[in-house]
Amino acid sequence: MSDALLRVEHLTMRFGGLVAVSALSFTANRGDITALIGPNGAGKTTVFNCITGFYKPTEGRIALAHGSAAVWNDLDALTMRNARHLSRPDGALFLLERMPDHLVARRARVARTFQNIRLFSGMTVLENLLVAQHNPLMRASGFTALGIFGLGHYGHAERAAIEKARHWLALTGLLARADDPAGDLPYGAQRRLEIARAMCTDPVLLCLDEPAAGLNPRESAELNELILAIRAEYKVSVLLIEHDMSVVMRISDHVIVLDYGVKIADGAPSAIRDDPKVIAAYLGVEDEEVGKVEAEVGL
Amino acid sequence: MSSRGVEAPANIDVAHALKESAVAGLIAFGLFLPLIGFHAVQDIRNELVLETRWPLLAAFVILTMAGRLFGCLVVTPWRERRAARPREAAKARPGAAPERLFARLLAPAAAGFVIVYPVLALWLAGLGGAVKWVDNFGIQILIYVMLGFGLNIVVGLAGLLDLGYVAFYAVGAYSYALLSQTFGLSFFMLLPLAGILAAFWGIILGFPVLRLRGDYLAIVTLAFGEIMRLVLINWVPVTNGYAGITGIPRPTFFGIPFNASDDGFATVFGLEFSPIYRTIFLYYIILALALLTAFVTIRLRRLPVGRAWEALREDEIACRSLGINTTSTKLTAFSIGAGFGGFAGSFFAARQGFISPESFTFMESATILAIVVLGGMGSQLGVAIAAIAMIGGTEALRELDVLKQVFGNGFDPTQYRMLVFGFAMVLIMVVRPRGLISTRQASVHLVERKAIVGTLVKEGHG
Repeated sequence: MSDALLRVEHLTMRFGGLVAVSALSFTANRGDITALIGPNGAGKTTVFNCITGFYKPTEGRIALAHGSAAVWNDLDALTMRNARHLSRPDGALFLLERMPDHLVARRARVARTFQNIRLFSGMTVLENLLVAQHNPLMRASGFTALGIFGLGHYGHAERAAIEKARHWLALTGLLARADDPAGDLPYGAQRRLEIARAMCTDPVLLCLDEPAAGLNPRESAELNELILAIRAEYKVSVLLIEHDMSVVMRISDHVIVLDYGVKIADGAPSAIRDDPKVIAAYLGVEDEEVGKVEAEVGL
Repeated sequence: MSSRGVEAPANIDVAHALKESAVAGLIAFGLFLPLIGFHAVQDIRNELVLETRWPLLAAFVILTMAGRLFGCLVVTPWRERRAARPREAAKARPGAAPERLFARLLAPAAAGFVIVYPVLALWLAGLGGAVKWVDNFGIQILIYVMLGFGLNIVVGLAGLLDLGYVAFYAVGAYSYALLSQTFGLSFFMLLPLAGILAAFWGIILGFPVLRLRGDYLAIVTLAFGEIMRLVLINWVPVTNGYAGITGIPRPTFFGIPFNASDDGFATVFGLEFSPIYRTIFLYYIILALALLTAFVTIRLRRLPVGRAWEALREDEIACRSLGINTTSTKLTAFSIGAGFGGFAGSFFAARQGFISPESFTFMESATILAIVVLGGMGSQLGVAIAAIAMIGGTEALRELDVLKQVFGNGFDPTQYRMLVFGFAMVLIMVVRPRGLISTRQASVHLVERKAIVGTLVKEGHG
């Protein structure tokens, strides 16, 4: 096992008679930007929802490791034990398919954004980032029991949380809008705020669902910079769903292509680009016809 | 229909206005014919006879037509003229400075007024007359202010539409009544206990409804309120059913009872006996409780739990993606809101000395919810103003004996309470669709605290 962070094995998700994802297996390595691409309806967001606990997969195992790679040796033992997670002095192992969504975010530290932005639009930008730090702040306020009487170190913790929020606002260029309602921000800024909010939960894995959707080329380039900066500075691995090939090809280390819920390709971006199966899926034709269609459109 | 020229606003379309007025009159006639035109009365032999009231019906129809005519001829042209004018006045905001000063002085001024209010009433109305003013206006309004604050946590902050809030009010009231009669514990011992019991019931209600959203949540909470009332009616050995519980012990002033006896409050303090002392004491208790509720709510909003409630109202899925346990967050909202309802309930029982299931009907839930919605969901000041308007308005209707001279002796202004409520509700929802105070104040700020316009704030209900 090299330096795997997330291992998805035989993931199948059925909705009634519809098989949205079928026996999907892939690995996302620590520190990598892994892109999940595919035509519309390929099942990318379903995979995301399974990883982040919003869906319970019909079949399959989704495991995530913190710390040392040696924890992977315990994977089968953990699976047999019927437990959700296992901690060792050198790390921890989580079975995400067994955890409810809020525990995936809180314990396994997987953060996500949404395809259709889900900000708290009636709350200010700063409040959005403080809600993201709910769990540490809740602990600091003695689960409200101390905070309500002004006891404990809640004031200190809140100031630290605001400092952290300020840091992320500066990084995403939103500092001037900190006290404005999130719903008032322009579209591109809302996308960036959602990433900042996800980062405020201190994730080890950041799942971005089409972060470049609706952005203009300049904003899209800025987003690339932001994602690369996040990975470089905060040692966060990124799992990315994207349609914008300029984003995928430029920043990802590893690409997985889905079509009709089945993995059709898995590898480095350069290899994916030339894979006839991938081109066929995107063009919507059979594999054998790719050459013909490419000639027709002048590729 | 001819065009209404903007350049010549004096050109008012009379024919159109007359037509509109005739249509309105026709609708009014159709509506009021069964409501007002016919009147069933019992004659001397106890038989029902149908009477007709044509003049009254005509008066209503003519009033409607005149109103519509006025609307078409005066109000609409005025509104069009106003809409046509450029809106520079709104942009410049020259009145911002005095406005802010007013906002800053409002809270201390209001607090000062409610504190001196009983003294003011005593001074203006005398020993005998003040009871009515302190009890009917002061205490009654403050009970609803407190209930409004409590429900505001559930509906306004957490965005969970609760139509059965009165159940917790009932739990508080019956807890105090039964425990004080059975164990002889004092009011101040039982007040927190009643709150805790109500909060406990809040959690019990919370569990089954957590999975529900929107309308389904509203229906289940409505049913819960009704179940609670039916239990109170039918569990006769404990609650004494319809007859209710009488002789509930009244709160004492640090052990000194408010009665005419030798160790009563008046004698001990060398005063002439009067029921006003107890009333004033009760007034300050409920005032303290209401202020406590407001204070706790303000503090909770600045704590992570309060922010999580508001985030839950805005977007539950996003909350879960950030690691917030929405189940426990909803439960805390339900139980804290219910706890405040329980406080108010135990105070209500102590003030009345008598409670029966009739005090805890759906109408009460609806009134409290109306206060929260009218005030502006989430706004404490709005809720307080709405409670004063709704409850004070009802009480004020009783005072309008002058109307008897206009409409005749059989006229009872309180009978028109619901009609007035309805009108007020429609009016406010037309003029201010998101309540009296719709802006949301941010709980934390980096540079400057800005108000958030109500249209961005979601209403939740799930």
